[in-house]
This record gives sequence, structure tokens and C-alpha cells, in this order.
Amino acid sequence: MKRRTILAGAVAALALTTTAFAEDKTKVGFVYVGPVGDGGWTTEHNNGRLAVEEHFGDKVETIFQEKVPEGADAERVLTQMALSGADLIFTTSFGYMDPTLNVAKKFPDVKFAHATGFKRSDNVATYSARFYEGRAVIGHIAGNMTKTNKVGYIASFPIPEVIRGINSAYIHAKKVNPDVEFNVVWIFTWEDAAKEADAAQALIDQGVDVLMQHTDTTAPMLRAEASGVHAFGQASDMKVAGPTAQLTSIIDDWAPYYIAQTQAVMDGTWQSTDTWDGIKEGMVDFAEFSDAIPQDVRDEANKMIEDIKSGAYKPFTGPLKKQDGSDWLAEGETADDGTLAGMNFYVEGLTGDIPN
Amino acid sequence: MDLSAISPTLLLASLMVAATPILLAALGELIVEKSGVLNLGVEGMMITGAICGFAIAVETGSPVVGFIAAAAGGAVLSLIFGFLTQYLLSNQVATGLALTLFGLGLSSLMGQSYVGIRPPAIEKLNLGPLADIPLLGPVLFNHDLMVYLTLALCVGIWATLKFTRAGLILRAVGENHDAAHALGYKVVKVRLLAIMFGGACAGLGGAYLSLIRVPQWTEGMTAGAGWIALAIVVFASWRPLRVLLGAYLFGGVTVLQLNLQAAGLAIPVEYLSMSPYLITIVVLVIMSAPRKGGKSRASLAAPACLGRAFHASQ
Repeated sequence: MKRRTILAGAVAALALTTTAFAEDKTKVGFVYVGPVGDGGWTTEHNNGRLAVEEHFGDKVETIFQEKVPEGADAERVLTQMALSGADLIFTTSFGYMDPTLNVAKKFPDVKFAHATGFKRSDNVATYSARFYEGRAVIGHIAGNMTKTNKVGYIASFPIPEVIRGINSAYIHAKKVNPDVEFNVVWIFTWEDAAKEADAAQALIDQGVDVLMQHTDTTAPMLRAEASGVHAFGQASDMKVAGPTAQLTSIIDDWAPYYIAQTQAVMDGTWQSTDTWDGIKEGMVDFAEFSDAIPQDVRDEANKMIEDIKSGAYKPFTGPLKKQDGSDWLAEGETADDGTLAGMNFYVEGLTGDIPN
Repeated sequence: MDLSAISPTLLLASLMVAATPILLAALGELIVEKSGVLNLGVEGMMITGAICGFAIAVETGSPVVGFIAAAAGGAVLSLIFGFLTQYLLSNQVATGLALTLFGLGLSSLMGQSYVGIRPPAIEKLNLGPLADIPLLGPVLFNHDLMVYLTLALCVGIWATLKFTRAGLILRAVGENHDAAHALGYKVVKVRLLAIMFGGACAGLGGAYLSLIRVPQWTEGMTAGAGWIALAIVVFASWRPLRVLLGAYLFGGVTVLQLNLQAAGLAIPVEYLSMSPYLITIVVLVIMSAPRKGGKSRASLAAPACLGRAFHASQ
């Protein structure tokens, strides 16, 4: 009996100290789909977290959970985080969409921000980057660089974000190289090094000499390096994995967004917003261009980056047709964000079907 | 669709590479199960081998030392299982599952400082003129040493089980441990050795992933290969050469579905992706269906003492 009282007292004291401790600091949680060391997607989100820590110093405490499966497990992790006193939680993968909304309903005082999704509520904001702007630039480079006219694309899930990337890269590769073909392999996972490596190998075996990936690990880049073909990194600079193979990487820079959101929560001005930033805002950036890219191609790519930045050029500009030959965008017409956000079709020229 | 883009020789060659990790793990588990022990910790031992091999290869710069370390790592981890099940007579299924969970956690802890590093490169074996033989050359004679060692191991295990005294003792222990004990064989010792062998093989399989097939270290990179290896042992009705067949079939379907997709085949991807697992399930169902006399193929082929604890006092 006595022992129990002491224990209860200790627990109460512990609870008191933690609440007192938590009151001073804003607690920010991050849920990751992969390990922080994947060298791609999750690494960049984690860099954003570290930037928040550095920016706010003692005023903030961050927590994170890696390798959280998309689905029921995510709800458990999110609930745990909310219960542990997090004020703001970033859920950094598409598959966390419904779990985020479900948990947010139960914790109206906790703010949530879900990456790459499209469902919002009073305390759930969404954010994403216009990766397709980056894809336009690497598509342009790929079209110029391929000698076999075959570009390989390792795709994860058939969601609008991924389809948009394929379309954007293809349109711009086709513009500079009418003979270019895209071979798309869907592997239905964001992060499985062995599968990504096998997919890369299958593409290389079939004569692909430029690889793009929309998956999270550096495995495709390593295979490209081993086979002597070129590849584009995804989400993070993958030069370590492919010192000669990498042409450039699309880099996602989440730090400014994470810092702004944390600041808003501290100030009490946080609102549920939909953020979709691109090259202009710095959310989409590039790794250093490889020397393997000829100077004129490099200049054109830089020009495209500048034009996208200034708003003079939009990657989805007509005339464009859908895969089935029906008209999509007339001459000079640009796609609106609503269409882009829900894109579920290939543009004309791409072969194969989008899986359901 | 352009099926001509798929080169059969390259397909067969990458099939052999894709099958090697599961083949190694399955061969190890075959020996373990032949001795009457069911170790469900293959996945955990594989992933531990993957990081042990990777870490040591990076530190020493030698892939060979890495593979040796991977085998040692897998064997040491399996000894935990061996001690618990053979001396403390714990439940083998529960202990094996725990070993998998432990291995996954331990490996990500050990791997913290090895993410994003490239391991020392492993050259393919130069077999000279053999590699230039049309068709056969690229398929059979253009691989790294581990592929050949694994094949040799497969044949070696087959011969050992069939022709040698050691193989006979192992099978005796697995079929009827009481009789083997009565004949004076050290049941626990034999089983411990088998468990260690299984751990070493699983470790090598894991290291093949992290050092050759990918090659890099990422957490949880075995992604269920250990479970496939377990299924393949049943699939093969505990026969080494059928394990080879099972592993190549599984590896083959995996590689084929990626190649078909790359070639733009119109089969829905979902079916292709699930096909290796589907085939495994179908075969397991056939194996488990009762035959005349009420016993299934699986229960007839399985070692009679599989999963049963042994103590000399019983």
C-alpha cells in the first residue's frame, strides 16, 4: 500500500514537472514515412526539423517518429504525439491524410499540417511543393542527354503528385527530343531499397540511359552509378550515391515553411491554409548541375528556372492533349491549380496505363 | 508494348542475383528445420547480417571480411534463439518472432552511422572465355562470387543430407529426437549447430542485399525477404534442390514483373506486383491440402519433430 502511494506521488510529480516544462516550449512533432537517413525525402523533412530547432533554440522542442506505416499505425503514432503535448504536428507523407484528419478531430487544440494531401479542416493545414516545376527542368535535361531515347521513371504510387511529375518531365523531354520514350515502372512503395534497385536494373537492362525516380532511397542512383548511366536525384542531393551518375537533383527545402508555421503557432495566429510553393519561393531547388551536361543545355535549363521563378513560364502550357488524344489545354492556355492537384491522366505520347 | 526490349539473357542473369539472398536464407532455414527446430527469426538474422556485413566491409574496406562478419553476426544472433529454445525450452514460434523484432531493432541501432555510405565495390568474377559464350555466358558466367558459392552450397547441402553420416544424424534428430537420443547422439548440440548454420546463412543473405544487390544500408531493407525464405522451405517440401527452384521462381517473377512494366505491358501492375506472393500462397495451399489418409503433403514431408522441444528427461 505504502509503495503504491509513493509511486503515485512520483508519477504526479513527474506529470507536474513535464507540464511545467512543456508550457515554456512549443512542442513540434514530425511523422516520417522513412528513416531520417534515407538520403532523400525523409532526410529533407528532417533537415527542416533541425532548421526549426536551430531557428528557435530553447523556445521549441521537436519530436519525431520515423518509419511510420501509412494507415492505422499512423493514427496510433499521431494520437501518442498529441497526448504527449505536441502543439503542432507535421505529417510528411500522402498516406497520412485520413489518419491525420481522424486524429485532428479528437484533438481540436493541436494543429496539424499534412504534406502533399488535399483534405483540410479547422486544425489541419496542407502543404506541398510544386515538384513538377523541378521535373520540367530535369525533363528538359533528360531529353537532351539521352542517347538511346529511352528515359526510365521509377514511380511509387499512382497519385496526382506522381502523375504530374511524369507528365511534366515527359512534356519537356519531348519538346527537345521528339523521339524520346518514357518507360514507367510502378513499384507501389515509397521506400524499399531492394525493389527500387531491381526496378532500376530492369530499366537499365532494357536500354534506358537516363533514370528518374519518384521514390525515397538512393538505391536507383547507386544502380545508375554501377551501370554507367545517368540519373536524377529525388528530394535531396544524391551526389554521394552517384558522383558521376547524378546530373542534378530536385531538392525539397521545407525549412522556411516549418519555421513560419511554428512561428504562427507561437504567436497564436495559426490558420488552416493550403500552401503550394515552388521554385520561386525556394521550396523546390536543385543540386549543382553535373559537368556532363553540355553548356548550352545548362544555359537553357537555367533560363527555364528563371522564367518559372518570374512567372513568365508555366510548365503546363498548351497546346497539350491527353493520352487518349482529346484536347486538354489550348494554345497558350495554362493549367489551373485545381486540375493539377487532381491530375489523373497521362498527356499525349506517354505509353502504358496508369494503374488504379 | 515492346516485348523485344526485354533481353532474356539479362532477365535470367538478374533473376539469379535477385534470388540469391532468399536462396541463402532458405538453405540455412532448411538445415535448421531438418534438425527439428522452427526458427521464425530469419528476417531478424538477415537484417542483422546485412548491417554487420555492411559495417565491417566499410570499416575494413574488404567485402570478403564483410561477408564473414555477416555470417558471424547472424550466427551469434541465432545463438540467443538457440539458448532460449534448447536450454530454457521456450516456445520456438514465440522466440523466433521475438528474434525477428529484436533483429530489426538492433540492426537500425547499429546502422545509425552507416546511412548514406557506399560500400567497397565488388567486382564480378572474371571467368575469361566462359563469359563470352553466347547466351550462356551472360546468364551463367557473369556474376559475383557469392552467386556461385550459394549454388555450390545448395548442391553441398543436398549431398550432405543424402549421402553423409552427418546428414543422417541431422535428419534422425529432426525426425525422432527421442530415438536419436537413445542412440547416443547429442540432440541439443546437433540442433545448436544447425541453428548457428541457419543464422550464418541468413546473415550472408542479408549482406548480399546490402553489399551487392542494392548496395547500401537502409533500415528494414530486407523488407520481408526472410518470410519469403521461410515459405520457400515449405514450398520445397524440405528438399534443397527444390529450394533452389522455389527461390529462382520467386526471384524470377519479381524481376519479370518489373521488366514487363518497363516494356509497357498492359497487364495491371497490381497483379504483377502481387504475383510472387500469390504463387507462394497457392503452393502452400496445395502443400497443406489433405491427401489420402488425411495427411497433407506438407505434414508428410516435414521433419516429424519440427517445432517440438527436447529434454533428455522426457
